[in-house]
Amino acid sequence: MYNFDFVSPGSVADAVSALQAEEAQALGGGQTLLPTMKQRLAQPSTLVSLSGLSEMLGVSSDGGVMTIGGATTHATVAAEAGAYPALAGLASHIGDPAVRNRGTLGGSLANNDPAACYPSAVLGSGATVVTNAREIAADDYFQGMFTTALEEGEIITAVKFPIPEKGNYQKFLQPASRFALVGVFVAKYADGVRVAVTGASEDGVHRWSEAEAALSANFSAAALDGLSVSADGMITDLHGTDAYRAHLVKVMTGRAVAAAA
Amino acid sequence: MPKDGGIGASTKRREDLRFLTGRGKYTDDINLQNQTYAHFVRSDVAHGTINSINASAAEAMPGVARVFTAKDFEGVGGVPCGWQVTDRHGQPMQEPKHPVLAEGKVRHVGDPIAVVVADTLEQAQDAAEKLEIDITELPAVIDMKDALQDGATKVHDDLTSNLCYDWGFVEENRDAVDEAIKGAHHVTTLELKNNRLVANPMEPRVAVGDYDFSTDEHTLYTTSQNPHVIRLLMGAFVLGIPEHKLRVVAPDVGGGFGAKIYHYAEEAFCTFAAKAIGRPVKWTSSRSEAFMSDAHGRDHVTKIELAMDENGKFLALRTDTHANMGAYLSTFAPSIPTWLHGTLMAGNYTTPLIYVNVKAVFTNTVPVDAYRGAGRPEATFQLERVVDKAAREMGIDPVELRRRNFITEFPYATPVAVEYDTGDYHATMDKLLEMSDHAGFEARAAESKANGKLRGFGIAHYIEACGIAPSNLVGQLGARAGLYESATVRVNATGSISVMTGSHSHGQGHETSFAQVVSEMIGIDANQIDIVHGDTSKTPMGMGTYGSRSIAVGGSAMVRATEKIINKAKKIASHLLEASEGDIEFKNGEFTVAGTDKSVAWGDVTLAAYVPHNYPLEEMEPGLEETAFYDPANFTYPSGAYGCEVEVDPETGKVTVLGFSAADDFGNIINPMIVEGQVHGGLAQGIGQAMIENCAYDDQGQLLSGSYMDYAMPRADDLPMFKVDHSSITPCTHNPLGVKGCGEAGAIGSPPALVNAVVDALQRAGHDVTHIDMPLSPDRVWAAMNS
Repeated sequence: MYNFDFVSPGSVADAVSALQAEEAQALGGGQTLLPTMKQRLAQPSTLVSLSGLSEMLGVSSDGGVMTIGGATTHATVAAEAGAYPALAGLASHIGDPAVRNRGTLGGSLANNDPAACYPSAVLGSGATVVTNAREIAADDYFQGMFTTALEEGEIITAVKFPIPEKGNYQKFLQPASRFALVGVFVAKYADGVRVAVTGASEDGVHRWSEAEAALSANFSAAALDGLSVSADGMITDLHGTDAYRAHLVKVMTGRAVAAAA
Repeated sequence: MPKDGGIGASTKRREDLRFLTGRGKYTDDINLQNQTYAHFVRSDVAHGTINSINASAAEAMPGVARVFTAKDFEGVGGVPCGWQVTDRHGQPMQEPKHPVLAEGKVRHVGDPIAVVVADTLEQAQDAAEKLEIDITELPAVIDMKDALQDGATKVHDDLTSNLCYDWGFVEENRDAVDEAIKGAHHVTTLELKNNRLVANPMEPRVAVGDYDFSTDEHTLYTTSQNPHVIRLLMGAFVLGIPEHKLRVVAPDVGGGFGAKIYHYAEEAFCTFAAKAIGRPVKWTSSRSEAFMSDAHGRDHVTKIELAMDENGKFLALRTDTHANMGAYLSTFAPSIPTWLHGTLMAGNYTTPLIYVNVKAVFTNTVPVDAYRGAGRPEATFQLERVVDKAAREMGIDPVELRRRNFITEFPYATPVAVEYDTGDYHATMDKLLEMSDHAGFEARAAESKANGKLRGFGIAHYIEACGIAPSNLVGQLGARAGLYESATVRVNATGSISVMTGSHSHGQGHETSFAQVVSEMIGIDANQIDIVHGDTSKTPMGMGTYGSRSIAVGGSAMVRATEKIINKAKKIASHLLEASEGDIEFKNGEFTVAGTDKSVAWGDVTLAAYVPHNYPLEEMEPGLEETAFYDPANFTYPSGAYGCEVEVDPETGKVTVLGFSAADDFGNIINPMIVEGQVHGGLAQGIGQAMIENCAYDDQGQLLSGSYMDYAMPRADDLPMFKVDHSSITPCTHNPLGVKGCGEAGAIGSPPALVNAVVDALQRAGHDVTHIDMPLSPDRVWAAMNS
């Protein structure tokens, strides 16, 4: 690991200002950034820690919307997001206890790993990503693997999740990392169903619109029967071909619908 | 019931107190005054020419003591290979030089090019980035069959090809086997791969070199399974340091699994560099380095053919294997696909004719050597897979086909040069069927089917050979070492005992089980007995621990030395008791005169040995310390029946192991709890290999599974609760304890049982799947079902 300065700001405003420094980097729970730095694959001059910012902590629900602070850990979401069981369930299965006690919602979304769990919940819920500067709709936020709408130095302060009537997340584990080989988040709202897929595509998290249409008409696994997922643009690696991933998208979607609560 | 602390007792492991409370002393815990840190700069290409290395900027960096490259090792030997295999034409194998640091060329990703030694690790890493290394990348050969094509890129320019050897065994049987296969009623053929693995001990490799100019003594602290072997190989063949000036210490070692048997370049480097710079030099492998520098395991590609008569009686077996050596020959690499693999191809069966052909191949990959089981898992996997396939083709139940061919009379001389001294394969098979409730399988399969899942059951019956021996035979087979073991039993004046063993414990629990043996023999509490290992300055020359040899060979040496102690102690007792030696009986730590109530306690005899006031000094030397070297007459042959029950999710291809039963015959058992633990660990590794572990390269020689993000290690929730049994006992006939060894069995018998179970599940569901290469990851199983 290279040397770096460490800043622990007292407010979001201070954090934003600290991030103006050259080669400064925001630090959430550090579950991706710190291993990368240990490998000498990243060399920030300054780490701006967001994890202690009280403005960015906590889970609250109001008027059918759950708001979760950007620095809230996965473990806290798992424990406190009971009003949105699919989301709490997702958080409770990210990584292992050590990861869940350090990793944060904002950190995961800012990184946008193509196999991370949270992006599918945010996209699948049609959530709103709140930053220090603006609000970004989920459909605009994710822009391909490891790419987001965030500007340099912009901080995710919270995410607002509309709570669905029913929802579920199904993750098929990559056997080594236990990230999602394919993960599917399904959420049923009064105005329709959203289906978001993670782990599968070279473009990162994305919606499966055919399934959304079919499920909006008939919210049952059988509604997917006639559908198929193209292998084009799906990831092929050591753990699965594009065709396998495409197949799993349908299987996991069906299971999420069947399990939705 | 065995008495607590003696043979047969499940004594808790005394070493666990320090391991579980963080008080173990591992090599990385050793820090010497004025120590420096070595950082190895490794090749990031699989094959290339080193045009130049400019270290001047790096050497000018803060804290840097020195930068080393190959030119610093001119006049120093290469890392030696400890076994020379002779090919089927009587020619020695091709044996390339393995330099400590790459000379002129790099030959695999991870090949060390230069080393920066500095005051801190960070300084060494910072300086390493200033090294200017100019490499021209060359085409790499990764696939073994490509490597043997005419005109293939050569891994070593000075060799005639990438073929290390073409080995035939037994060569005289070649034509007879061909004939028998041609004329057979049925021949079952199977082509398969035994996947490449990374050992992944919890503790990575570490080396600390130290040199004292005032005495000209070198000390190497290292994570080794056999410190004496490292001293011999490194001292005699690499650095030219005589044994009395070289001490090798392997303190607590956090798992080896084979990967810590070998002498590695980093050990020679730290020893050499400590003298060169006049300061201790420490290297601790990162996990990333371990993936590209620890010897890998397995990596065989095999075609196997089994010929049968109309009743399923095995007539002949022919195998054709390509074995990957990697870029250099690791210490015991040539012996693994040959003498530790070909000799096991009879398995538990009476097959009269066997021919094994093995082509060992150089590729631009990390060297491959023994990994838990070492050759025997490769033999067992192909044999137990082809037998299972044969059963299906012949329409004979797989259990029945095995039983029809079991060896039942012992000793049994196989057609592959070994003689099994004892065994009872029907007994272990019976036990397995009982333990696994084989009779109830169909009902469970119906239940799975009702839940939309496919259930299967698979069996494997393995033979293995432990305690490779005797030395004169292995010498004829090409070993450049003896394979005896040693022990010194030092009885102290008050009767407590220190046993210095040449075996090395790195997870096996020797400190407990070895003490149990001596406790039983002397009749004193095991707490009075200390087991000392892992330091060449303390222990007699011994060969270390691998190949499940410790209790069978090291334990036997300890028994022999203890017998010498008892004989001498009896003489002392006869003097003290004023009785003839023939009348002295020794039991429970007390010497008595037969037929009388006269006795003397162990402690009084030992005290007399060291305070010889009343002692037959004219007949015997004082003191009570004996050494024995034990060279076994034969291997030992553990065997067992393994059963695996799986459920396959037909939608995803995911395999769940629902049950795993192991019925082993390990001969006599010293500590049943430790044996169970060894089997559990072996099963976890075997199931890991069969289900998820896979070391993969792309065709440019880049490691695709170079971290735990892509190399899947088995976790507790990948495994079922194991059922293990070792009540089927046929004691080894040729060692004093009647023991056979249990360290590797689990890893040998489990992969074929698991693959057989998955194939069974798929075939029951109507899929025409006869084989899937390991690991049986969900994508592969799904692809097999949908091809």
